[in-house]
Amino acid sequence: MTRKTRGETARWELFPHGADMGVRGMGPSLETAFEQAALALTAVLTDPSAVESQTAVDVDCEAPDPEILLTDWLNALVYEMAIRNMVFGRFRVQIDGSRLRGRAWGETVDAGRHEPAVEVKGATMTALKVIEERPGKWIAQCVVDV
Amino acid sequence: MDLTRLESISAFAWRIPARGTMRVPAVIFADAPLIEDMDDKVFEQITNVATLPGIVEAAYAMPDAHWGYGFPIGGVAAFDPNEGGVVSAGGVGFDISCGVRTMLTGLSAHDIEPLKAALADELFARVPAGVGSTGRIVLSEPEMDAMLSGGAAWAVAQGYGDAANLDRIEEGGRMAGAKPEEVSPRARKRQRKEMGTLGSGNHYLEVQEVTEILAPEAARAFGLKIGEVVVSIHCGSRGLGHQIGTEFLRDMAVAAAESGIVLPDRELACAPIASPIGQRYLGAMRAAINCALANREIVGHITRQVFTDLVPGVRLDLLFDVSHNTCKVEEHVIDGKRRAVFIHRKGATRAFGPGHSELPESLRATGQPVLIGGSMGTASYVLAGTAASESLAFSSACHGAGRRMSRHAALKRWKGRRVVDDLAARGIMIRSRSSRGVAEEAPGAYKDVGAVVDASDKAGLARKVARLEPLICIKG
Repeated sequence: MTRKTRGETARWELFPHGADMGVRGMGPSLETAFEQAALALTAVLTDPSAVESQTAVDVDCEAPDPEILLTDWLNALVYEMAIRNMVFGRFRVQIDGSRLRGRAWGETVDAGRHEPAVEVKGATMTALKVIEERPGKWIAQCVVDV
Repeated sequence: MDLTRLESISAFAWRIPARGTMRVPAVIFADAPLIEDMDDKVFEQITNVATLPGIVEAAYAMPDAHWGYGFPIGGVAAFDPNEGGVVSAGGVGFDISCGVRTMLTGLSAHDIEPLKAALADELFARVPAGVGSTGRIVLSEPEMDAMLSGGAAWAVAQGYGDAANLDRIEEGGRMAGAKPEEVSPRARKRQRKEMGTLGSGNHYLEVQEVTEILAPEAARAFGLKIGEVVVSIHCGSRGLGHQIGTEFLRDMAVAAAESGIVLPDRELACAPIASPIGQRYLGAMRAAINCALANREIVGHITRQVFTDLVPGVRLDLLFDVSHNTCKVEEHVIDGKRRAVFIHRKGATRAFGPGHSELPESLRATGQPVLIGGSMGTASYVLAGTAASESLAFSSACHGAGRRMSRHAALKRWKGRRVVDDLAARGIMIRSRSSRGVAEEAPGAYKDVGAVVDASDKAGLARKVARLEPLICIKG
């Protein structure tokens, strides 16, 4: 769940929502927080560490603000998972202003091994937050509808 | 929720007077214990809904209301296009036209007892359920367009379903005003292989026994007999609906910000009904309603095939098919005048009373069947719309128990295997591809559906007709 980057801890967690799940990524940069939020998204359905990086999928998004950029990024992953029947376990994000270029590594869902719990319908704007809480500590989070 | 923040209208209806930026009051239908158990977020969200432009009468919350997205789940609100009323993608939700259908088998629980395991295995094998499951029907683009315009009527014309049952589906099985051209290529792509699938989460197919008749005359009219078996299916518009919800929620949020509309919660993103984006959403959302109606018709057809293979000659007639995530144009009497308004029901069931012109002749004397889903181990209920419901909450009632506990908390509390074993000991067969999914959906994670249904009945939103208990549950 954790990864050390430039002295700061990059990590993700799930947080409770009445009917669904919240995904939260934290890290030393906006990019790592987005990468970690994507890992949390995977964790809603399966254990991210059990996903093999067999195939890479590129995702590009553009949004008027960082919060919409986060939901766009997560929704792009929800879409790729749905149409490719894949799960992703590793992510790389580059953000340049309003533009995000991301890459997700993963594999085809293996029902026996991944035992996916639930499919994500979409990332919502509930509890949506992208902030630098203090210098070098970024948080990117929202609730996802399952 | 703190009861002292509400004014009591009756023991089953509570008002939050309009204040601040609220244009209308909010009304919550529930008894005191249900209100005390409700999340404070319901108070916040229902009062937020009351601030939206063009809202009429009041923002309503049903007895099963809980924390949703912008709107509470269990929220009902009507908007008048002539008063600047809005349509809200968040007010419909991601799973557009998610709903329940119940089919009558005419078999007794005793009849199916020897077949129970075979029935469970066969339904599980043939009804695609769970993450990534695909159906056998793959739609070409022209077929997709036809499905998005034709709904369940399209499915029947393709040989999936029964034309005699179409009048037991809302809108006769086909939602008018759909605009397939407003459904994006991504939404179409997400749906290509998902026709006739249950999905996951709280979606299910249950074989149930009628264990209690609460209104004998209405039960007779509905064909419900004690000890008989029915099948209930809970699912929605699948990937297509989710993608449309996602895209329009974003576009409405961005458009609102650009036009200077300040929303108390971004998730309440909405657009004037008359605006281009409002009209595009309505066209796409109605196409998604047709997708859900077609999807449930196909799942119903597969179920019928499984039953007839095991019990030759059995018929599965549709009692009713009703959605609980929609926005529909309906005429209601408001301030003494009949007006056409856009009713959002997010986790709330339409509940037309006796005599309503949109009900088929066979249901007109009794009122619309209102189908309330349970959660694996808990009961489901059939209710009937009342005449009083029209003036209470635009003919609306609850839709299910509502969660008491988050998935997160449920996962810490239960193990899927144990849940399945405990239910098996009670004679309920569960079939699911995901042990974790079962744990997250453990019956104990939900509120007492009986209390929610009682409150709906006593508030006058809908009256209780029959109680159903699960025998088999195919978990999505």
